Amino acid sequence: MGFDQYHEPPEELSPQTRTFARLCASLTEEAEAIGWYEQRLAVETDAEAKAIMSDAQGEEFKHFAMDLEFLLRRSPRWRQICEGVLFKDGDIVEHGEAAEAGSADGGGDADGETGAADGALGIGSLKGAER
Amino acid sequence: MNHLLRRLAPISDAGWELLDDEAGERLCGSLAARRLVDFSGPRGWRHSATNLGRVDAVDSPAADGVSAAQRRVLPLVELRSEFSVSLAELRDNDRGAVDADLQELDVAAQRIAVAENVAVFHGWAKAGIAGIADASPVEAQPLGESAEEYPRSVARAVEALRAVGVDGPYGLALGPDEYTRVIETAEHGGYPLFDHLEKILAGPIVWAPGVKGAVVLSLRGGDFLFESGQDLAIGYSHHDADAVHLYLEESFSFVVATPEAAAPLSP
Repeated sequence: MGFDQYHEPPEELSPQTRTFARLCASLTEEAEAIGWYEQRLAVETDAEAKAIMSDAQGEEFKHFAMDLEFLLRRSPRWRQICEGVLFKDGDIVEHGEAAEAGSADGGGDADGETGAADGALGIGSLKGAER
Repeated sequence: MNHLLRRLAPISDAGWELLDDEAGERLCGSLAARRLVDFSGPRGWRHSATNLGRVDAVDSPAADGVSAAQRRVLPLVELRSEFSVSLAELRDNDRGAVDADLQELDVAAQRIAVAENVAVFHGWAKAGIAGIADASPVEAQPLGESAEEYPRSVARAVEALRAVGVDGPYGLALGPDEYTRVIETAEHGGYPLFDHLEKILAGPIVWAPGVKGAVVLSLRGGDFLFESGQDLAIGYSHHDADAVHLYLEESFSFVVATPEAAAPLSP
């Protein structure tokens, strides 16, 4: 496999940004897989095969959710916008515009480095870390 | 802008990078608890309490045949450590100076790291946090007068944990004085004491400012749970003509799920 989840030279990126990029790539792959299973399920006529594929798609839903939660924990502005959009009734576009406007000053992504988005130092767990 | 108000500070991007890098470097060396316990989060500044999964009985509202209970939670605590940075130093950093004086930041970082370590290892009664050493049912044994006695004490602590079915690997949090003694000492034959202790533990030895004596604990996971609300961050308070006044801040809770998974050693 290549290392094309990096858009910039990896050696110039911090470990936090490289991890963030890996999970973004993983999120994309899970979404792709969900779409593929959706198409296969739409055309499959064998009930047993459909059941297996439906189960497999459920796994991808879980993977997508875990990837997304990881990324949102490290990108407060992204999280803030998602909080304004997800799991809400009503007009999705309106919620999105309002959430984006509400976060415009949040600074997260504009600061460049993920993890530093809300000022957090990105320390987290040090279990297993070198001294 | 979030509650840290960083964008209101008269600090350039390069200045923030300098401060964040320095704080991270200082903190990582001193945050001993995070090297040894399970960490979850960060869950954000708005996260206020940890679910304990338990309930307390409460009087039912006035309705026959209805029972009631109230969820028990552990509220997160907030720690804040204030410091100032000279605006002249920040301007020099912007010019390319590489020797900025950030002594106050270093002191603040050490203070908040020690406070976190103390809460995790020795508890914080007013905040409802039981520390690892204080919660352990294992009676604290003396670590030893001299470093040469440490291997026997640590081996006994490890044995005490094994005896109650607590598997390793194990870690050792050592107070600063005890840690210094360990790294200064070579046993008969010149074998470093540090290496000997690591072999006994099959795990790390951690310099733990704020810890009195030492604590041996299992690293198998699931025993000691640190929940971060807002992880450590620098926020802005105010500024004057000479300095900008900032603070390091975090919110967290800590729960000992398995008290018998640690054995304290007194200094």
